[in-house]
Amino acid sequence: MTTKATRPNKKPIYFPVPPVSFVSSLFPSAINKIKRQNEIESDLISVQLLHQNKIREQIRCAIEMAKSTNDAQLLIQSLRKAYAATPTNLKIIDLYVVYAVATALIQVGYMAIVGSFPFNSFLSGVLSCVGTAVLAVCLRIQVNKDNKEFKDLPPERAFADFILCNLVLHLVIMNFLG
Amino acid sequence: MATSKVEGSSSLRHAFGGVLSVFILLLIGVVAFSIRLFSVIKYESVIHEFDPYFNYRVTQFLSKNGIYDFWNWFDDRTWYPLGRVIGGTVYPGLTLTAGTMWKLANSLNIPLSVETVCVFTAPIFSAFAAWATYLLTKEVKGPGAGITAAAILAMVPSYISRSVAGSYDNEAVAIFALIFTFYLYIKTLNTGSLFYATLNSLAYFYMVCSWGGYTFIINLIPMHVLLCIVTGRYSSRLYIAYAPLVVLGTLLAALVPVVGFNAVMTSEHFGSFLVFIIIHVVALVYYIKGILTPRLFKVATTLVLTVGIAVCAVVVAILVALVASSPTKGWSGRSLSLLDPTYASKYIPIIASVSEHQPPTWPSYFMDINVLAFLVPAGIVACFLPLSDASSFAVLYLVTSVYFSGVMVRLMLVLAPAACIMSGIALSEAFGVLTRSMKFHITKYFECSHTEAPAKLGESTSTESSAPLENMTKSDTTEKPEVARKEKVARRKQKKEKELTENAHVKPVSAKKEKRPLVLPLEASIVSVFLLIVLGGLYVLHCVWAAAEAYSAPSIVLTSHSHDGLHVFDDFREAYAWLRHNTEVDDKVASWWDYGYQTTAMANRTVIVDNNTWNNTHIATVGTAMSSPEKAAWEIFNSLDVKYVLVVFGGLVGYPSDDINKFLWMVRIGGGVFPHIKEADYLKDGQYRVDAQATHTMLNCLMYKLSYYRFVETDGKGFDRVRRYEIGKKHFKLTHFEEVFTTHHWMVRIYKLKPQKNRIRGKSRKSKLGSKSTSSKSGGMTHKNPWN
Repeated sequence: MTTKATRPNKKPIYFPVPPVSFVSSLFPSAINKIKRQNEIESDLISVQLLHQNKIREQIRCAIEMAKSTNDAQLLIQSLRKAYAATPTNLKIIDLYVVYAVATALIQVGYMAIVGSFPFNSFLSGVLSCVGTAVLAVCLRIQVNKDNKEFKDLPPERAFADFILCNLVLHLVIMNFLG
Repeated sequence: MATSKVEGSSSLRHAFGGVLSVFILLLIGVVAFSIRLFSVIKYESVIHEFDPYFNYRVTQFLSKNGIYDFWNWFDDRTWYPLGRVIGGTVYPGLTLTAGTMWKLANSLNIPLSVETVCVFTAPIFSAFAAWATYLLTKEVKGPGAGITAAAILAMVPSYISRSVAGSYDNEAVAIFALIFTFYLYIKTLNTGSLFYATLNSLAYFYMVCSWGGYTFIINLIPMHVLLCIVTGRYSSRLYIAYAPLVVLGTLLAALVPVVGFNAVMTSEHFGSFLVFIIIHVVALVYYIKGILTPRLFKVATTLVLTVGIAVCAVVVAILVALVASSPTKGWSGRSLSLLDPTYASKYIPIIASVSEHQPPTWPSYFMDINVLAFLVPAGIVACFLPLSDASSFAVLYLVTSVYFSGVMVRLMLVLAPAACIMSGIALSEAFGVLTRSMKFHITKYFECSHTEAPAKLGESTSTESSAPLENMTKSDTTEKPEVARKEKVARRKQKKEKELTENAHVKPVSAKKEKRPLVLPLEASIVSVFLLIVLGGLYVLHCVWAAAEAYSAPSIVLTSHSHDGLHVFDDFREAYAWLRHNTEVDDKVASWWDYGYQTTAMANRTVIVDNNTWNNTHIATVGTAMSSPEKAAWEIFNSLDVKYVLVVFGGLVGYPSDDINKFLWMVRIGGGVFPHIKEADYLKDGQYRVDAQATHTMLNCLMYKLSYYRFVETDGKGFDRVRRYEIGKKHFKLTHFEEVFTTHHWMVRIYKLKPQKNRIRGKSRKSKLGSKSTSSKSGGMTHKNPWN
């Protein structure tokens, strides 16, 4: 919906300038009053024009924002829909990843409050969370049936690799925990 | 029936090819081991140089006291009186490996001594490195290129120089660990298997244990990941190859005490964390792209970009502020000297003074990698046809190692595997084309009686396609056939196997390329193959010569050939043995830091400074003492409880790396900390000289006196064979030191600090108590007491 430019009802009044100046020298007061009237009218017209432009722009902005919020909503909706379509086992893995990352963030927050001594414990705690999250993402990649590259990898093998890598990770963590 | 027969014969050929490759690899291992044994044959089974003696001493301690004592060892016999925490400052990979091998051998009742195991660790691991190169190049290009690259690496002089039998240094195992880590990374990238990712992290851990050059790996792999992302080659295999390595690798690196928390706090590792974040962002982007429609994806990108850029800017600002607050921007001194080659000479003279840290000269490239120097560009071209993740990694590895080898001659060693891989690829590709051409022409010749027209067609296509290939193959040379040939001819002399190898490699290729032959004319192929044989022979000849003549000197025993036979200079061990048998166990020996490791290992005495050079001020103290006059030097040494001073002097026999030649570095390092030592005082008109025109300071400093004491008695004139002139001050006495031992060829001279006099002779004591006016009177009557 676009607004059309509406023409002002009044037509601008044009006085021939030289005769005005000539005449104004003869009859100053009357001519000045007319001139002032014209100026006021032209000012009014320009103010009206400006106001209309501003309104036009505001309306345009509002439409865009509405479009973008509309789009953002659309985006979130489509993301949610697409994610709901993923199989349950992948969603479980995603939940595990979220849990691991949340634990890491909690640990970082705790360190910010309490201080970083002993640093090796902090490192091993955070890196164990991040590490198991990364490994879970790798498992998800390998188990995902939509992935063409891994279609002949049996999911049991992927899970076994995941377990092995986690074992090594946690062995190192236990050693480093202090 | 016919197909199964064909299949059977081809599978038999494949099986035969497999067995043959194993056999060839075994031979390559034997070559790699034996080419490094020249020093053992020419001299004896002895540990070379300086650094290996420290590693040997640590391994001795480990084998005697076990791993827990080793891990917690505080060494009080070096850097007196500071000591050194060995457990926390040594890279344990090499010593643990040798200790394990020794323990294994002894548990199997093979009575090898620790020294033998240490001497032969390097050749064994170079055989392993050749096999690892085979595996790596096989992942990049194929088994043919793998065998070629392995054969080249077994003999490349640059690697031989740091891994001869007796060179018991970190690089001996580190290069194997480097290549093996790269192999596992590429294998993970090619297969996407998490199992190999785990193995990759463990191999990286072994590399961190072994050498400080592990920072090369942890910066090269992120660079490659970034390259893949930027060139649009992102795949989920890349994520699996990189992300677990970062997390597990950082943890494992932090486990090693030398690295500790540096694994997360120094700038050398920040690159890997940055790329870790980037790869997660990219993975998320690809995931969202996969589940959204294109229009919505565009909207999502605009939304994310506006928010993301703001957040990124904030994070980057914080990071930059953190990094810029430290004066070295978070990099360690050694890394900075690699990135900015002029850094060391301006700020850390010790790093600049080591001869291994100088930039290499152009001829040293040809000496160290010989024929490979012009095979490498051909290999780079071959890597681009076709370009895969693995071959882009090989190119990146080569380019970065060329840069670093240009900064420091010691890092030519890192260039060697890259150059070998590239050359192996180039050679096997060229060899493939040449033998394919030969086989095509030979089969065509035998079939030309049956079919005329198709042969002509084949010829025209071959002449068309030969032109673009001319450039590539004319400059290439193959080595694999004649190296393998040389080995077999030398050892087995079976020509039939040669043809069978050709067939095994060429048969599947020619069957594929029936449509477009891409062959060269027969004569050109035959001549090229012959030239390749000649070139390969020259390479092998050069490598054997370099190993035998240039890189087998143990540095602790010197030989020279003269008209009356072979002279052996065993002065170093003579001096250390004298120290071991004629001094008390707790006596302290002061010398320049070059000889510290050898003194503690062979003489078993406490030293003041050694090759670890971790404390610049302590070294500067010793340097100042060497540059001061006798009394001042005595004061300094006495304050450090030193009993003996050791100097190395080559003037009698012409040994060029003696202490007088190193003296200016002592002055510079000492002057860096103690400003009263000025280098200009020791130079006459900007020239460093010790003859009659030398400055007064130079002629009276301790180093001059200790080197040239009684030197004039050898030939009456005091002619210095290294400096090639007569010395300045010939007849002088030592007041605060006494000579206790000089070796047979005057190469090592040991002096003892004279104890301070108990009582001072009468008259000079009175003059000391009296006023200064009487000093002139008494000065003429009594000796000037040097102890005042």
